[in-house]
Amino acid sequence: MKKKHREGLTALCFLAPNLIGFLIFTAIPVVMSFVMSLYDWPVVGERRFVGFDNYKNLFTADPLFGKVMGNTVFYVAAYAVLNILIAMLLAVWLTSKIKNLKFYRAAFFMPQVIPVIATTMLWKWLFLPEYGLINIALNTFGFKEINFLGSTKTAMMSIVIMSVWQGFGYNMVIFIAGLLGVPQSLKEAARIDGCGRIRTYFKVTLPLMSPSIFFAVIMTIISSFQVFDQTFIGTNGGPAYSTTTAVMYIYQNGFNFMKMGYASSIAWVLFAIIMIITVFQWFAQKKWVVYD
Amino acid sequence: MSKEKTIAKKSVKTKEERKRRINAAVNQVLISLVVFLFVIPLLFMLVTALKPADQVMVKPFKLVADHLAWENIARAWTSINFPRFLLNSVLVGICCTMLTIMTSTMSAYAFARLKFKGRDILFLAYLGTLMIPQQVLILPLYLILKQIGWYNSYLALIVPPAFTAFGTFLMRQFFVTIPFEVEEAAKIDGCNPFRLYWNIMLPLAKPGIASLAIFSFVDNWKSFLWPLIVTSKENLKTIPLGLYMFKGQYGTDWSALMCATTIAIIPSFIIYLLFQNYLQEGIAMTGMGGK
Repeated sequence: MKKKHREGLTALCFLAPNLIGFLIFTAIPVVMSFVMSLYDWPVVGERRFVGFDNYKNLFTADPLFGKVMGNTVFYVAAYAVLNILIAMLLAVWLTSKIKNLKFYRAAFFMPQVIPVIATTMLWKWLFLPEYGLINIALNTFGFKEINFLGSTKTAMMSIVIMSVWQGFGYNMVIFIAGLLGVPQSLKEAARIDGCGRIRTYFKVTLPLMSPSIFFAVIMTIISSFQVFDQTFIGTNGGPAYSTTTAVMYIYQNGFNFMKMGYASSIAWVLFAIIMIITVFQWFAQKKWVVYD
Repeated sequence: MSKEKTIAKKSVKTKEERKRRINAAVNQVLISLVVFLFVIPLLFMLVTALKPADQVMVKPFKLVADHLAWENIARAWTSINFPRFLLNSVLVGICCTMLTIMTSTMSAYAFARLKFKGRDILFLAYLGTLMIPQQVLILPLYLILKQIGWYNSYLALIVPPAFTAFGTFLMRQFFVTIPFEVEEAAKIDGCNPFRLYWNIMLPLAKPGIASLAIFSFVDNWKSFLWPLIVTSKENLKTIPLGLYMFKGQYGTDWSALMCATTIAIIPSFIIYLLFQNYLQEGIAMTGMGGK
């Protein structure tokens, strides 16, 4: 009994530094943010309790909110699909017999460490009308010039392309680890049974690495819902709000319009959407994820 | 008869062998081509960075200008306080990383090895917060930091980002894999929990700590929204904010912008070359890294 008590005390000593920080910088802000979302909360001046009015206004009185959420969902869907597909393709390619494998893997993974602002500036330059490299290439091959970031039709897709360029290397590394984890003997057994390369991949390899795919899909969706740097620097949300994303809208409401309560309610809607999608995927995994 | 057969077999074999070799060569060329396409943006950045400002936007397009404009580097380096931003980035990165390692290895040790009431529920609560988008926290954190007087200080840049549940999670996963026997032996020798943690567990968890360190540093290095919100003073700016400021001043001077971008990328590149193994292994091990 006494020993148990002492172990509890020791545990508290070990936990205390992290726990205090966790309370101040995570737990309390979470609660506080929900409370704020129930208030009309200007940065300076009188706060007023308004119940769920902020949420009601989001859905009934703010046409921009719907557009912003639509933009965000478009970004997430396009980014996640492209990212996972390219990462998987290159992971398979880079586990085949190739010389200097490590070099190629390292090259694709490299943009991970570059600040997003730097890659965004770089791509802004590539996307530039007339003088940007991509339009120069289009011109050379006789195609019509595209105003990538300046047109409402192409701006968001351009942001997606540049984000995928920077981001897919991450999932590629996860998938390579997953692929290398599949026992060679199982693949060989399938080949002996007459499965071709492609069928072996879909029938044996893919199911066996489905846990890592599941994990990558969840993490990619959660993180891409929080896109901010690219649109903030690349287009500042324009043209005509076509690239304003949820987090940008939170930032604008909170720090430009000083509506902290309203901004908090947007953050909570975003949180709710992420939660719902994650929980949904958690239950849907039974249908396709194989655990041994 | 048998001789003929072996010859036939041999020629089939060499045929197959040749086909395999050609395939391998084609494969090699293709992947090299894809990698080349992939790094073109970075190469183009370098080319632009070293063009004289008046030759960047000319028609017809010229890949290389008539001379390399090394003076661009000096212009970008001195026109805003880049050395200071670099120093800030390194300082904030190192301090935050050290704090992260210290606090998360300690809590992870408690979660992995000590028995106490409510341990599993608390750990679940930690895990749950991994799903909360940072943006939910950012508004109240901004108000809290203003209240306690940390707004516009190094403390604001260093301390709050150090307390993510991720570090605790990663290190706990690592400690759990260390066999109990190692500790039992030390316990019999009269080691108390603090010495166990310091002398036995930490040294054994070095690979995990290395992964956590590099994740934490890179996350800090790339961080943009957080420093944007909690600082407004120029002397606190980190590299990403400095680059943002530079963009504000040199809006359309693309050779200067690409030069500054190159300067911002080079340290990342060096960090990457030094630590890429830890990064890749860490991701493969946990399936995640950073936020």
